[in-house]
Amino acid sequence: MSDVRTTGMADRAVLATPPSMARRVRGLSDRAIAWLFIAPTMLLLLAINIFPLIWTIQLSFTNYRANRTAEAKYVGFDNYVAILTKSDVWEAMQATAHFVIWTIVLQTVIGFALAYLIDRKFRGHGFWTTVILIPMMLSPAVVGNFWKFLYQPQIGLFNYIISFFTGIPPSSFEMLGSVSLAPWAIIIVDTWMWTPYVMLICLAGLRSIPGYIYEAAEVDRASPWRQFWSITLPMALPFIMLAVLFRGIENFKMFDMVNLLTGGGPGSTTEVASITLKREAFEKWRTGYSSAFAIILFVTVFGLANIYVKALNRVKQR
Amino acid sequence: MMRLKKSAMALGLAGLVSAAASTSASAAGELTLCWAAWDPANALVELSKDFEKASGTTMKFEFVPWPNFADRMLNELNSGGKLCDLLIGDSQWIGGSAEGGKYVKLNDFFDKEGIKMEDFAPATVYAYSTWPKGTPNYWALPAMGDANGWFYRKDWFEKPEIQAEFKAKFNRDLAPPKTWTELKDIAGFFQGREVDGQKVYGAAIFTERASEGITMGATSALYSFGFNYENTSGKYDMEGAVNSADAVKGLEFYKELYKCCTPPGYTDSYMGEGLDAFKSGQVAMMMNWFAFMPGMAKDEKVGKVTGFFVNPGEKVAASTLGGQGISVVANTDNMEGALAYIKWFAQPDVQKKWWSLGGYACHNTVLNDPAFKDSQPFAGQFLEAMGGVKDFWQEPAYASLLQAMQKRLHDYVVADKGTAKEALDALIVDWTEVFKEEGKL
Repeated sequence: MSDVRTTGMADRAVLATPPSMARRVRGLSDRAIAWLFIAPTMLLLLAINIFPLIWTIQLSFTNYRANRTAEAKYVGFDNYVAILTKSDVWEAMQATAHFVIWTIVLQTVIGFALAYLIDRKFRGHGFWTTVILIPMMLSPAVVGNFWKFLYQPQIGLFNYIISFFTGIPPSSFEMLGSVSLAPWAIIIVDTWMWTPYVMLICLAGLRSIPGYIYEAAEVDRASPWRQFWSITLPMALPFIMLAVLFRGIENFKMFDMVNLLTGGGPGSTTEVASITLKREAFEKWRTGYSSAFAIILFVTVFGLANIYVKALNRVKQR
Repeated sequence: MMRLKKSAMALGLAGLVSAAASTSASAAGELTLCWAAWDPANALVELSKDFEKASGTTMKFEFVPWPNFADRMLNELNSGGKLCDLLIGDSQWIGGSAEGGKYVKLNDFFDKEGIKMEDFAPATVYAYSTWPKGTPNYWALPAMGDANGWFYRKDWFEKPEIQAEFKAKFNRDLAPPKTWTELKDIAGFFQGREVDGQKVYGAAIFTERASEGITMGATSALYSFGFNYENTSGKYDMEGAVNSADAVKGLEFYKELYKCCTPPGYTDSYMGEGLDAFKSGQVAMMMNWFAFMPGMAKDEKVGKVTGFFVNPGEKVAASTLGGQGISVVANTDNMEGALAYIKWFAQPDVQKKWWSLGGYACHNTVLNDPAFKDSQPFAGQFLEAMGGVKDFWQEPAYASLLQAMQKRLHDYVVADKGTAKEALDALIVDWTEVFKEEGKL
């Protein structure tokens, strides 16, 4: 299958190569020149993507530990069975699902609302667009650290703001230390940081809708509400779905923000799958086991993304 | 094409020159010592200047902050990196590093150079040097003795009005506690109190989740309440030891102390957070390693008003072991230089200076000196603590064992999940699984 694909690519590259190029390089056929151009990329892909993937799959069937000198033993599907039957893993998957679903819902709703507002041309909208985009330009390490300070119960600004509006004493609740609040604390930070990204994609969608469609709707005396449901939302939907896909994949792999804010705690409340994976791979050094876990996560994301892309294509074709 | 050839030649030449430069630096005697970034590391830099003068070796240091120390250094060892020639690694790493061939076995070298392990405190040799435990197979020289101890605000304890109120409430003088029950009384007494116009809290204890914090903190209580890892040493028979009635009581007590008497937001705190809380005058008492006591005693703001006490007993007197031995990394390019450093460091005079600079020497010449107890305000407590230290598993699979305990303890103490008995029962299941994988059960 891959041979057919690469041959096709080579042929296309040949067609795209101007005839003068072939004449300049003596002794090489057009096909050889095409391969010459493609080869570095193919080698790079093989070295940094395909080879590690195959290696990881192979390791996932062994009890290999990278910190031991003992030979790795083939254990069949034992690692996969152990992972899929372990309650801690399912708890981590639940924490991941909770995080992914809520961040996507909030970021999509707020992101689209912001894009809709920004799309109305008003005075200073360029300035406000830039201001809104600032969070996504910051490094996750910086964001994680300063939100940790904001959530500090004794000196944190966040607690004081909540206290100002609700009258609850600021030191009486702990955003990062409470089992019920910690997952939401992370969702808030991720939403704050990545909503602008969703907004940007949605804005591109809104700007791509031709103005004459609205003009025609107005001639037909369609209300703004009707225009929104019949024109704006359906035409921006592929873009919204694309933003959801990007954020979904990204948040399924979320590691840095959670690690910085809670480290998976309190207890294991915010221990998302990637934190569990890191602990197994680089703290406990169960390389074979963690390879199997990585493959399970990869297949899950890949499978879900594929189903989603098919749905996206169907929406685009409508 | 000619231009390309010239560029390639220039690059090749540059590569050769830089390789030659690095080889000559190594040949001239350059050693890199890796350790955690903390107060004693600064003292070691100062001490090592004498070695540089005596040997002509250039010393380089790689100090990593504690929360990342294990990750960074174990990755370095496991990947066969060449960053460190010498490593002052945690006591729990010794099993894995010895069995994995990461450390050099030092027996022959000690014999050749006349370095005797009997010259060092037995508890430190056992914990920092030997693998298998207690056998005369040495993988490190005891470098830095340490245990978990306590710091307290002497000035607050001495205030007449506070003393009077405490006595009226508890019918005893306010003094450094001898038991965990007394410690909790004192912590509760200070919790939320106003001292010098500021609201203060009882105690800063370890609750950190990611690395080793809550395990090191909770075991300080557990050991004192009678917790053991095994019923019979070396048999891995944990049922009835790990989850004994005493162990359950100890864990429940640690949770009560966390709930009643720590500052708000103290859910993920270790050494650094404790030091911040104590130095900023937030807490009356702080659990932390003896290693920080020399620095605290010299602190401009709170040094003079800080007192120290050994980890309280309850059923038995016990302290959680800290500290490290210094090992030679097996794939060093400068084996000779690394061994020369160990030989130099083992000298009694160097050990004396090490203590005077703020390092906790383990050499008997230092510890048995009659003047030692009075040499520092915490020296006597250090000796007392080292007489009753207990350490975590030092097995090659220690990281898996530690992570399991971190999870179970944090789930119970901070996240209110289940009971103490359930947490310890679950810990036995986790540990049994690890030992089965290791082929020890």
